[in-house]
Amino acid sequence: MIEVAHLTKEFGDFTAVEDVSFTVAPGECVGFLGPNGAGKTTTMRVIAGIFPPTRGAVRVAGHDVQREPRAARRLVGYFPENAPFYPEMSVEGYLAFVARAKRLARGAQRGEIERVLRACGLGDVRRRLVGKLSKGYRQRVGIAQALLGDPQVLVLDEATSGLDPEQVTGIRELVKSLRGQRTIVFSSHILSEVSQVAQRVVIINRGRVVAEDSPEGLARRIEGAVRVWLRAEGPAREVRDTIASVPGVRDLEDGDGRWRFHARDESTVRDVSRAVTARGFLILELTRESLSLEEIFLRLVRVEEPRERAEKSDAA
Amino acid sequence: MIAVLRKELVSYFSSLLAYVVITLFLGVTGFYFYSNLSFFLLSGGFDVARGLWQFQLHDMRQIMLTLLPLLTMRLFAEERRLGTLELMWTYPLRDVEIVLGKYLASIVVLLLMLLPTLLYPALLLPAHAPVAFGPLAAGYVGLFLLGAAFLACGILVSSLTDSQVLAAAVTFTVLLLFWMMTWNEFAVGAPVLSVLQPFSLFDRFYTFSRGGIDTRDVTFLVLFSIVFLSWTVLALGSRRWRGVR
Repeated sequence: MIEVAHLTKEFGDFTAVEDVSFTVAPGECVGFLGPNGAGKTTTMRVIAGIFPPTRGAVRVAGHDVQREPRAARRLVGYFPENAPFYPEMSVEGYLAFVARAKRLARGAQRGEIERVLRACGLGDVRRRLVGKLSKGYRQRVGIAQALLGDPQVLVLDEATSGLDPEQVTGIRELVKSLRGQRTIVFSSHILSEVSQVAQRVVIINRGRVVAEDSPEGLARRIEGAVRVWLRAEGPAREVRDTIASVPGVRDLEDGDGRWRFHARDESTVRDVSRAVTARGFLILELTRESLSLEEIFLRLVRVEEPRERAEKSDAA
Repeated sequence: MIAVLRKELVSYFSSLLAYVVITLFLGVTGFYFYSNLSFFLLSGGFDVARGLWQFQLHDMRQIMLTLLPLLTMRLFAEERRLGTLELMWTYPLRDVEIVLGKYLASIVVLLLMLLPTLLYPALLLPAHAPVAFGPLAAGYVGLFLLGAAFLACGILVSSLTDSQVLAAAVTFTVLLLFWMMTWNEFAVGAPVLSVLQPFSLFDRFYTFSRGGIDTRDVTFLVLFSIVFLSWTVLALGSRRWRGVR
């Protein structure tokens, strides 16, 4: 349904996206994951038809976004990050404008507006001015305009950012309910969100795709993503050696009276705890934290880079 | 195009901008009318049927110069600032439809602004004052075409900036330049003046205000609008090759 082939987008001498390729099958839900400035938004803007690629091609249901921009745009509903809005328009008035701008059949406009008002829970505020609504409601107005006309493809850029947990759940449920019927690309910088909703995850960093996998596969790749802080009573050297002797412990460091290390998984943490206690040292503190998304990226990037370098030297 | 036109009209009238501009225009032109009428009636010997309207039309043109940039400043600058323009680009609309929709909305406001001023000649009728309707109609055609040209210029400037204030100020300055460039032949010299003359927006108005319609003037003013609107479409299209993020 969506074909992104060797997409490169340059802004002056800044390359936002470089040689990105992926495809999304009809009815598939793909999560776009990456730190800020990775090139997610640029890629999505090209799919939505805001500007064409510098090099490469993007096709939506076979329509090239550059050659047949309007045919491609008709199939796509786009939610831009930060949900821009016209403060002086009412919710209903705004959606009526969007319905006309999307060239929905005149007879179908009324019904479509009612449908998205209901789907996004906007019935109560339909006559209010968008500028007077809370951020959560404005975000929903943004989603509503994307859904209007029931487009086959939905491109949602950070649709849940800045919302309270209840609203986040609401929007996630909405996206989940569309899975299978509509082709969805959505971006996020929250790993758990992407793995809950998406069937496939594309990780992008510095304008390049660094990994593409199912959420399960991704979880396997980032194993050992547990960082542990441990403070134990006992001679420092011996405690250190004990921890270091446990298989699965890496990067052991002395951090301000505590020992810090990366554990491969949960069972490694248990093994360490057991080993330390078995030597008769008392554990005073044991904290663990999952690696942040940024760190996971760094690890993925680090894993990918040597391979890339090898490819390059092969080519040379 | 109709979608954009309707949206802009809603914006004009819900943000009060249109009301404010129309009210100011009617207030100031009304005062000028009173002032011009007193002058013509009290000093005597002048041609009330035609001369009065020449004065009045020139005054109205001047007020349009200051007020019309306020109508166009918002059109693109505000959408650029809000980020709604990029959303509009994801709908199946051609850039030219977006530009024309916005332009026509401002034209509608211009017409609503000029229409009530027809009250001034109407006021004279019960007093049996002579009004030459033909020349007056020509004057209004000129006023409308001039206003439409101002609006086209304003739209282009608005599409180049995120700031409404800047858009209004630059539009005003550009229009003022078009007016003043042929004021002083000593400043620019006779040869340059003859080159500049055809481009002066305001010299084009004199025939209209004297009650004549010259097809060259009509063509110039219409072309002026078309050129500025085309540049606006090009400015919007520049996102395709330029580094706008």
